[in-house]
Amino acid sequence: MSASKSKRFDLDEADAERLLREAREHKGISLWQDASRRLRRNRPSWYALVFLIGFGLLSFLAPLLPLRSPVRSNLDITLSAPTLDGGDSNYLATLDPQADSTTITREIEKDYWELSGMDHGLISLRRGIFGSWQTGHWLGTDHLGRDLLSRIVWGSRTSILVSLAAALCSLLIGVFYGSFSGLAGGRIDNLMMRIVDILYSIPFIFVVIFLITLIGDHRQVLEEEWGLDREKVFYLVIGAVYWLTMARVVRGQVLSLKHTEFVQAARVMGASTLHILGRHIVPNVLSVVIVYLTLTIPAVMLFEAFLSFLGLGVEPPRVSWGLIAVDGTSAINPLRIHWWVVVFPALAMGSTLLALNVLGDGLRDALDPKMRGKE
Amino acid sequence: MIRFLFRRLMWFVVTMAVVMSVSFFLMKNVKGGPFDTERALEPAIEANIQARYHLDWPLWKQFLHYTGPFNLDERGLGGSGKKLWGGVLSGDFGPSFRYRDFTVNDIIGQALPISALLGVVSMMWALALGVSTGIASALRRGSGLDLALRLAATGGIALPNFVIAGFLIILFVFLIPLLPVAGWGSTKEMLLPGFCLGLVYAAYVARLTRTGMLEALSQDHIRTAQAKGLSPRTVVLRHALKGGLLPVVSYLGPATAGILTGSLVIERIFFIPGLGSHFVNSASNRDYTLAMGVTILYTVLVYTLNTVVDLAYTLLDPRIDLAEEA
Amino acid sequence: MDGSRRVLASMSLISSLPPRQTLAALLLALVLASALALTRGARLETADYVMNNGSEVQTLDPATVTGVPEGRVLRAIFEGLIVKHPETLEPLPGGAQSWEVSEDGLTWTFHIRQGAKWTNGDDLTAEDWVFSWRRFLHPDTAAYYAYQLWYVRGARQYTRQPEDRSFTADPAGGLWYQRMSDGRIQIGLHGYVLEHESGPVRVELPADPADPATVHLNTRSWTLPFAITNLEGNPKAPTEAAALLPRCYGLKNDEDSGWLLKGALTETDWKAAHKSGALLDGPTYRREVADTRHLKIWREGSHTLKVTLNSPTPFFLDLTGFYPTFPVNRRNLEEAQERWPDRWEIEWLRASNIVTNGPFRLLERRVNDRIRLVKNETYWDADHVAMNSIDILAIEQDSTMLNLYLTGGCDAIDRVNTNVVQELWGREDFQPTPYLGTYFYRVNVHQPPYDDLRVRQALSMVIPRKAICDNVMKMGQVPASSLTPPGIGTYTPPSMKLGSADEARALFAAAGYPDGKGFPPVEIHYNTSEAHSSIAQVIALAWQDELGIRTKLRNEEWKVYLDTQQNLRFQVSRSAWIGDYSDPNTFIDMFVTGGENNKTGWGNPKYDALVAAAASELDAARRLELLGEAEAILLEEMPILPIYYYVTQNLTAPRLGGNSENVLDEHFPKFWYWMDDEELAQKRANYPQEFQFVDPHGPKDGLYSPAQQAARGQQ
Repeated sequence: MSASKSKRFDLDEADAERLLREAREHKGISLWQDASRRLRRNRPSWYALVFLIGFGLLSFLAPLLPLRSPVRSNLDITLSAPTLDGGDSNYLATLDPQADSTTITREIEKDYWELSGMDHGLISLRRGIFGSWQTGHWLGTDHLGRDLLSRIVWGSRTSILVSLAAALCSLLIGVFYGSFSGLAGGRIDNLMMRIVDILYSIPFIFVVIFLITLIGDHRQVLEEEWGLDREKVFYLVIGAVYWLTMARVVRGQVLSLKHTEFVQAARVMGASTLHILGRHIVPNVLSVVIVYLTLTIPAVMLFEAFLSFLGLGVEPPRVSWGLIAVDGTSAINPLRIHWWVVVFPALAMGSTLLALNVLGDGLRDALDPKMRGKE
Repeated sequence: MIRFLFRRLMWFVVTMAVVMSVSFFLMKNVKGGPFDTERALEPAIEANIQARYHLDWPLWKQFLHYTGPFNLDERGLGGSGKKLWGGVLSGDFGPSFRYRDFTVNDIIGQALPISALLGVVSMMWALALGVSTGIASALRRGSGLDLALRLAATGGIALPNFVIAGFLIILFVFLIPLLPVAGWGSTKEMLLPGFCLGLVYAAYVARLTRTGMLEALSQDHIRTAQAKGLSPRTVVLRHALKGGLLPVVSYLGPATAGILTGSLVIERIFFIPGLGSHFVNSASNRDYTLAMGVTILYTVLVYTLNTVVDLAYTLLDPRIDLAEEA
Repeated sequence: MDGSRRVLASMSLISSLPPRQTLAALLLALVLASALALTRGARLETADYVMNNGSEVQTLDPATVTGVPEGRVLRAIFEGLIVKHPETLEPLPGGAQSWEVSEDGLTWTFHIRQGAKWTNGDDLTAEDWVFSWRRFLHPDTAAYYAYQLWYVRGARQYTRQPEDRSFTADPAGGLWYQRMSDGRIQIGLHGYVLEHESGPVRVELPADPADPATVHLNTRSWTLPFAITNLEGNPKAPTEAAALLPRCYGLKNDEDSGWLLKGALTETDWKAAHKSGALLDGPTYRREVADTRHLKIWREGSHTLKVTLNSPTPFFLDLTGFYPTFPVNRRNLEEAQERWPDRWEIEWLRASNIVTNGPFRLLERRVNDRIRLVKNETYWDADHVAMNSIDILAIEQDSTMLNLYLTGGCDAIDRVNTNVVQELWGREDFQPTPYLGTYFYRVNVHQPPYDDLRVRQALSMVIPRKAICDNVMKMGQVPASSLTPPGIGTYTPPSMKLGSADEARALFAAAGYPDGKGFPPVEIHYNTSEAHSSIAQVIALAWQDELGIRTKLRNEEWKVYLDTQQNLRFQVSRSAWIGDYSDPNTFIDMFVTGGENNKTGWGNPKYDALVAAAASELDAARRLELLGEAEAILLEEMPILPIYYYVTQNLTAPRLGGNSENVLDEHFPKFWYWMDDEELAQKRANYPQEFQFVDPHGPKDGLYSPAQQAARGQQ
């Protein structure tokens, strides 16, 4: 795709025109187009992306699937092993179709928790498609006889939401804070980094514990006046904590970038700081940012699990992967291993995080400016 | 350099002041006190306890008493008479409210060496596994080896460490009885917890190394070195590694601090009397003095480590100028 | 280990590195070595017996402890007036050789064991209990459990917080003086009034009466900041002082001994001293420092302890074996005060300083790790103590303690996770027995609609108690129908009203909520824990399904949960109560109107009257009847919804002898020994049912006390 087809010295108008057009077109291949092309060529990353999108859809569409209730316990079948039973029918069978919508909502929410309008819509769609049929305990049951398959799928919603929200939060704050600080240098950089240091120096486990507890105190006010339930506050708290590392990493990268020739050149040419930031620095630190982001999402998921380990995670009856994993760990004991209680949640969590990492690496390679135009 | 360190010291004072007051007032604003138990106390007894630990004082006075350097306790705990100095600024972190037979200084003194050792062991695991796989997969980028190493490295961040620890215990203690199940002291007892704790960081180090190495390998001076005909080994070890490890170095500061506080799960599972559990337990026990003590310790550590990281940066990357930074 | 070769190898490695890396490597090695040195230096040999305590103890000061874990350690290192039989829990002579109670049940006399010694060599005397119990009750000690001795006459007033705590200790170190309204001066030490003192106390008068006098007490002495013009309290015949200081200052057997101090202070000096806080006047003193004259704990002679109670309290004897009433050594405290004026409260409890009187003594303590005890050779019954060393671990994680137990690293653990119970049933080391505790839900009776009895009854009726016991808890817990669990002596608790789901729905309809319509969502409040969460989820589902109401779960972190419960900011809240002693009173007096542990807002004058009547009832059978009537009222009105009775969850090494499951889940290290194979085989042959034999732990040849060995030798 070389644009510099060698021509004789005597260029005619048309040739010059064509050359210029070609050059313009060449420039028109954006970073992202180039990246997506190269990403598609990277098989593992591509599969990972497909997997993640599939999984995201699955978790988003959980209410549509003929799954059992993630909260309904059946104490007669606690810790029963996976079976391939065909499934049976559930409460929806006995639900009076003529009942008014509030009754239906109430009946349904007995098997879940407070759901959004869209989820209710998806559930009624499910009733239309599957009737009252629901799956068997294909992945076994947990210590309260709840269906593991359903819990994992519903749990993925919470976990994915928490980690996405928190990661985006950290991305936005961290990248701009870090690159601005690194680029500005001098006193501003010093001040900004010292602020990060100060925030850093507060052990954030400690802060999170106290914030979550404090929020517990004021939950009524928060819920009614601000519309913030515990989960939402949770994302904010975690996100507000994770941007610090992002800012530091970005700033470190920017510090070494700003001495590179092209930035120096831009500066000599009188480009504004903002321009340099947007045109040169951000695209170039993007690879590091993406790598760090794909590390942040897993970290947030693991942090959620850690908080669940301490009993500070999401509240039952809601489920998250962390909560399921914690339930599962007590099943790992030398006397008898109820393997399904821990293996399936671990598989779901492990494969998602793995895919995220593979994708992150792929993106990194794809976005690397120095790789542009290379095979 | 001296100027840089001096500036840092000034900022340290500011940091300490902010951290201490924020944590103190945050903590005091949370419901529940150190002496609440399931058995509610008679008001008379509760008042006695409040008075004994000065919880009946106004907050500002409690804070000043805690920070020192002057002792505000006219009575002295138990009527021991007044002394002039007291509080954190005089080096006294006070008695723990939860473990009442120990001062906070005692508790930290017992736990810190253990945590440090655990941290060193896991950091060694992390660096050994992380840097080697990171370099290998950067050099063999796109190959099967790269993929395999990356998958293996991801294992560490794909599962919560309590799940990994559970599996490893079943494997190495019960199925193949090689290692002790819990406890702290012998080298054998350090292997498993160090590994479990280091795994997460190994995965991070591996990815950062790989990224950094790829970055470094595409730099001009590396190409020059390659072109000069230097052996690949020399190129990698002498030239590329230096730049390639930059992201890792900047990560080491936070990672080391993270190992200290994040080791709670591993400490619980392997029954290690380290510092990690105090970060969480002191908060949930409302052990005000211990919680403040570990927070202050953490602040000092993080601050020192970050300063060291910044110094190391200049050693690894001569382009960064400390004077400019300071 | 061949350390030198390792060092050589690492040296060669280092020399191959460039200088900067060498520096880094050396630094790393230094950190590693110092950490190793610090942690490994103190490695202990394995103890004869290792048990898990479930958490780190808060303190070893008997006066200020509350918890079960602390009790386990204290029973090993201290000894109360009585000890309990490991199986039947009947009182056996301990610190007291014998005891009797007056006919009206009010005055107890304990004859302290002659010849028993503290670990510092001091004799154990009645004075030790007088001192310890006063200290236990004193406001400055701030003991949680002080109310356990409020059955003693005058104790409640003694503990009560003075309104004005401007009292200031003497800056010279712990001695204080008060001018009484009649001009006399009284001396005190750290808030304890020096009325009784067996130690060497004397006053040294200066040659010139205008010079300050000096007071000597035990190891310490104080120079008074004023002159004593008149010391009538010469050891033999003090007169006036007797009213204030009835039996005093080392003058045994002399009812009227004491001092009368008259200070040579001018009024201005006095006022200045008073303003500075060094002196208090009589009325202030009375308000600020409790007067022991009304506290009816005293000694007669050196070895007779007497206590008068407010009312006959049948379980008082049990209380004297309860760990907060264990004695402490006065010299231990005072020497610490002397040496570390500002931190003696921590120092006296250090392993190297603490003085104890139990079968074991403290060797070492490491926070969150272990407490090492060794046999106390000076213990009066050391001949019957078998274990030479005991380790008490502080493992909190269920899975870790189980793993350690299964690999032999620990010989007893105190709880198991419900997920493994199915695998443990049928093993000889897991035999849960009833435990004096009840799990229940509190209902906030102030908040509509829970103020309606029918609502509370209906909620109670549909709780799937059996399913919770069998399928959630799984350890043989018993569905509860009362607050007081069965198994306390001859007391049979009344039963609450039970009913079917239909009856419950009928009650709900009668209360105005047919099919749960119009009923606001119930919020179940509990503290964060897997088991509480499971139970709450099961009950929530049952309420939804059976009564048609909406439910919400609200878990709170422990301390916040306590606060919420205390301030009645809940609708239904998870609770539990474990008996302190084997008597229904420990459960029933919790719900008197306005009681601190009531936490439901419920109150009934008739209930209060019955509880009060029971407290002063002499006839044991009648007393239990009264308590039964009271409990019947409680269950009738249902401010609580009982769920299940506790069982013990111990896993104990089969070879351990002298240990048995009991309703208080109390175990007594004094009696522990390891059986040899022969005795173990005998024990196994006598099991009431088939059990699966497991690794018995402990030495094959057993470990017996000297007395047991002698007895076995004779056979």
